[in-house]
Amino acid sequence: MLSKYYSSLGAIFVIIFIFVTLPFVYNNQSFLFNMMMYLALAEGLNIIYGFTGYLPFGYVGFFGAGAYGASIVIMFLRISPFLAVLAGGIAAVIIGIILFPLLRLSGAYFAIANLAASQALYYLVANPNLQKITQGPYGIDLSSVYNANASYYLMLGVLVFSMLLVLYMRKTDFGLSLLAIKEDRVTAALAGINIVKTRSIAWMLSAFVAGLCGAVFAWFTAVFYPSTVFNLNVSVFTIVFVLFGGMGTIVGPLLGTLILYSMYNFIGISTPEYFQLFYGLLIMILVLFLPNGVVSILQHWRIDVP
Amino acid sequence: MDLLAYTIIAGIMYGIFFGLVGLGLNIIFGVMRMINLAHGDFIMLGAFLAFWLFYLFGINPLLVIPIATTVFFLIGFPLYYAFVPRLSKSSDPEMLSFILFFGLSQVIEAVIILAFGNNQRSIPSTVFGTSSFSILGQSFPKAWLATTLVAFAAFIIIYWYFRHTRLGYATRAIMSNREEALISGIDIDRVSAIAFCLGLVFASVAGIFSYFMIGAAYPSMGPDLTTVSFAIIVLGSLGSPLGTVIGGLLYGVAVMFMQTYFSSWANILPYILLIVIMLLKPEGLFGKAARSA
Repeated sequence: MLSKYYSSLGAIFVIIFIFVTLPFVYNNQSFLFNMMMYLALAEGLNIIYGFTGYLPFGYVGFFGAGAYGASIVIMFLRISPFLAVLAGGIAAVIIGIILFPLLRLSGAYFAIANLAASQALYYLVANPNLQKITQGPYGIDLSSVYNANASYYLMLGVLVFSMLLVLYMRKTDFGLSLLAIKEDRVTAALAGINIVKTRSIAWMLSAFVAGLCGAVFAWFTAVFYPSTVFNLNVSVFTIVFVLFGGMGTIVGPLLGTLILYSMYNFIGISTPEYFQLFYGLLIMILVLFLPNGVVSILQHWRIDVP
Repeated sequence: MDLLAYTIIAGIMYGIFFGLVGLGLNIIFGVMRMINLAHGDFIMLGAFLAFWLFYLFGINPLLVIPIATTVFFLIGFPLYYAFVPRLSKSSDPEMLSFILFFGLSQVIEAVIILAFGNNQRSIPSTVFGTSSFSILGQSFPKAWLATTLVAFAAFIIIYWYFRHTRLGYATRAIMSNREEALISGIDIDRVSAIAFCLGLVFASVAGIFSYFMIGAAYPSMGPDLTTVSFAIIVLGSLGSPLGTVIGGLLYGVAVMFMQTYFSSWANILPYILLIVIMLLKPEGLFGKAARSA
């Protein structure tokens, strides 16, 4: 009965093992944290993009909402950062609910409207008129609650949560109905699937994961600006990682992120343009020759990819 | 009262220019049903071309227009034939082309930064003379007049192209019904390739004059301009190139009003406008399949 979960759970345990043991041999904690963050973001984006086909170009909006939601709660209510992270996730879900109407748009229109929404949110948060609440463009300072190790392991928790979510969607009727809607909306509706409800839940789950990531990032970084957490590159990287690995699977986004984010750290940090050039070309090649990502090669060799 | 008159007149000139900014994107969308997400980057390329020609040889921006036209026809044809026919046959041309053009936009930006550095460039607006001109008692720099006239000429040219040339007829045929155009013997790829090149040319011309309307040019200016252009063409109705003028005018006047009266909220405007219009405008004005369920 449990056997159908073995390979997926195996992948999750490998990830946990890697990030629990690596800090003892490799002391660049910030790199490992960012790696986990992008892994979780990639799985979160996978929930909405891989299972419904909606490409959220403004995914960073949820990330920023999470970061600011958590920070504002910490600054004004002075509650524990663990609870604040949860509040950050909820803030992102609230933004997701406000953006429900966007789901009526299809394809590229959704992607652009979502991008516009994230930019609007950015300019709203960074607006000097709201300085009393968000500190406007001057940024957030959480150094009083800074705790690198606690936030590191909390990020690992968020990552495991995101992987379990995707596992759940891979193995249950819920994920199957999303894929059915993606294939053919009308037939799915005829089969008795409540389209609006199903995709709204996927949208909120995806937003929740990004919000949690943003909130833990805020805690880990402690000092940041609106331009840090609403940086469009967060969306872009995540999308490229998911595309490269292969969407709709658990392992695809993990592979994409592990390979490309490591490469980014070797060639990208000093001159990010080289990496930008590289991933720009990579996107074009993928679209033309390998639209289902690296895992489609494995699947072609009849290897079962969880 | 003076402030109001200034805002309206400046808004109209600004708007005609922004019509030009969106025009290329709308031509490409109308003919190919693909969103050129690298549109803003082609505007940036036009701006950089004008800067270097001005900086090295002192060439006036007006004379850069024929050069840009040649250059972007030479770039556009190979680009079109390398990607578009292959994408049209794929499972989901709309989404895949969107992602492909996004990749292209990243490549262009990276290449420009690697080649010229991540710096701001500008051309002084005094290339059109230091004197100003006045409309209804409001005075504006000469560069604004030159920009507005160029943008206006672009619209006349595209109108003439669509209404009075064989290629233009063929282009309109493809825009209204691709299958029937194919059946009646129109070479869809050739006509679309020319439309694609025209789209790039108009984008680059907008770039050449961007210095006088939106300020300095820098390598990463592309994505924001793409979003603004998209807002404009959605306003003026997607897939109808001449409707872009209306979109540009509405946008230009709205931006000027925001900048004059609520300046701290002006930068949020294009995004809110884009979302609201996409959600509220009825399906018919979007063309098919913009909205569903």
